[in-house]
Amino acid sequence: MSTPLAPSPAGALAVEPVPQKVIVFDNVSLAFEENRVLEDVSFHLEHGETKIMLGVAGTGKTLLLKLALGLLKPDRGHIHVLGNDVTAMREQELFALRRQIGMVFQESALFDSMTVKENVAYRLIEEGTPEADVEARVREALRFVELERTIDMFPSELSGGMRRRVAIARAIITRPDVLLYDSPTAGLDPITSTTIIELVVKQRDVYHTSALLVTHRLQDAFIMASHYFDKQANRMRPIEKGQQVEANISFLILKEARVIFDGTAAELARSRDEYIREYIS
Amino acid sequence: MELISPIDYTKQSVLAIQDYSVLAWRSIVNLFSHPRYLADTLMQADLIGVGSLPIVVLTGFFTGAVLALQTSATLQQFGSLSLTGQLVSLSMVRELGPVLTGLMVSGRNASGMASELGSMVVTEQIDAMRALGTDPSKKLVTPRVVATATMLFFLTIISDLVGLAGGWAVSRFILGLDSAQYWTTAWEKLRFVDVFMGLLKPTMFGFIISTVGCYFGLTTKGGTQGVGRSTTQAVVASSVLLLVADFFVTKLLMALLEN
Repeated sequence: MSTPLAPSPAGALAVEPVPQKVIVFDNVSLAFEENRVLEDVSFHLEHGETKIMLGVAGTGKTLLLKLALGLLKPDRGHIHVLGNDVTAMREQELFALRRQIGMVFQESALFDSMTVKENVAYRLIEEGTPEADVEARVREALRFVELERTIDMFPSELSGGMRRRVAIARAIITRPDVLLYDSPTAGLDPITSTTIIELVVKQRDVYHTSALLVTHRLQDAFIMASHYFDKQANRMRPIEKGQQVEANISFLILKEARVIFDGTAAELARSRDEYIREYIS
Repeated sequence: MELISPIDYTKQSVLAIQDYSVLAWRSIVNLFSHPRYLADTLMQADLIGVGSLPIVVLTGFFTGAVLALQTSATLQQFGSLSLTGQLVSLSMVRELGPVLTGLMVSGRNASGMASELGSMVVTEQIDAMRALGTDPSKKLVTPRVVATATMLFFLTIISDLVGLAGGWAVSRFILGLDSAQYWTTAWEKLRFVDVFMGLLKPTMFGFIISTVGCYFGLTTKGGTQGVGRSTTQAVVASSVLLLVADFFVTKLLMALLEN
C-alpha cells in the first residue's frame, strides 16, 4: 500500500465536534406499497466505530445507507446523523449535511462523462477549491487507493475493482466524518476484494473514520475483524494473540426486515441463535 | 399489460403534474441562489444551440420554400402573386418558425435530456450527486432550461431568416417574381406584434421542452428499458404540450395585442 493521505485542513468539513453517537436509528420502518422492507430497526454507530451490516439479499441493508443519507425518508421512526434529525430535514438542508458523509455505491456510481480526476475532485470543485489544491489532493487520494496512473482516464476504461477504488477516493477526498460503504466488494475477485477491504481497514485504523459497511461476504467481515493496518509497514496485518490491538468493529445482522443481532465479533461468535449460527458457519 | 384502476390512474396523474410543477418551479427559483453552473449552461447551449443548427436551417429553408410554392397557386387565382413575400414572412415569423424549430429541438434535445438523465438515474449517478451534496435540479435541470430557452430564441430567428430565403428562392427561380418586391413585401408587412409573438413563443417552448425532457429523465424507472420509455415519452409529451401551449399563447397574445 502507498503513503496514507496526509491530513488536509481544507478537507476537514466538520466545524463542530463529532458527537459520540454518529448515527442513530430509532424504530425506523419503511414499506414499499404492501412490502415491508424495514420494521422497527434501531441501532447506533459510535464515533470511530465500523459497523458491518450483514444479511441475505433483499433484507434492506442498502436502504439503511440511503436512509442515513436522507436519500429516502422512512415511514416511521427517526434517524440522527452527526446530531441532525435527517427525517425532519428538507432536501435543501440535507445537501450541507451530506458533504460531511462519504458514500461508496455498490456499482461505484462514478459520473461516466467525467474523467477520474473530475470524479474524485467533484466535491472540491463544488466547494470552489483552487485548481492547484485540487490537483494535489486528487493525486493524494488516488495514491491512497493506488490508482494515480488512472487520473486522466474515463470510468469506462477501468475495471470493476478500479472503479470501486476510485469511488473510495471520491468518498474520502474531503476527509468526511462518516463513511458508508454499500457492498464495496460485490462482484469482485478475491484478490481485488482484499485490496478494497485493506483500504477500508486503512481508513478505519489510520483516520478512525466512523463507517457503516454493507456486505454479503462474511470473509470480508472476518478479515476486517481480525486484521489491523500497520502504519509503519503500510499494509494490513493479522491481529496476533496477545497483541494490544483492537479492531473497533461491530456487526449488525438483518433478517426479514428486522435487526436480529447487533454486537461485537465476540458476541457474534457466542451467539446461540440458530439462524445466526447457520449464517456465520 | 397490467391493468390500473381509474382512481390509481388519477392519483398517479395528479402526482406527476405536481412533481413536474415542482421541477419546473425549482428550475426558475434556482437562478436566484448559489451555486450557479455557468460552465454547464454554456456547454448545454453549445450542445442544444450549435448542435441543432443544421436541422433547424434545413427545416426552415424548405418550410419557407414549400410555403411559397403552395400558396403561389392560390394567390395566382386572385392575381396576387406579389403577396408571396408577405405571406411567407408572416407565416414563418408568427407561427411556423417558432413551432417547427421547437418541434425539431424537442425531437433532438428532449429525447437527449431524458436519455442522459435517465441513464444517470438507473446507474445511481443522480443518487451519487445528491450524496455528494449537489442539488441535481441546480446542476442538471436549470442549465438545460436556461440553455434551451435562450438558444431556441436564436434558433428561431435563424429559422425565420432561412425560411424567408427559401421562399425567396422559390419566388425568384420558380415563380419568376422580382427579388426586391419579395423582400419589400416580406419586410414591410411585419408589425411589432408579429415579431414579439414570434420571439416570445420560442422562449416559452424552450422552457417546456427542457423541463419535460428533464422531468421524464429524472423519473426514469426500470433500467435500460425504462430509459427508452422515458425518451419516447419526453418527445411525445413535449411536442404535444408545445402545440397546445402554442394555441393558447397565440389566442392570448392576439386578444392582448391585436385589439
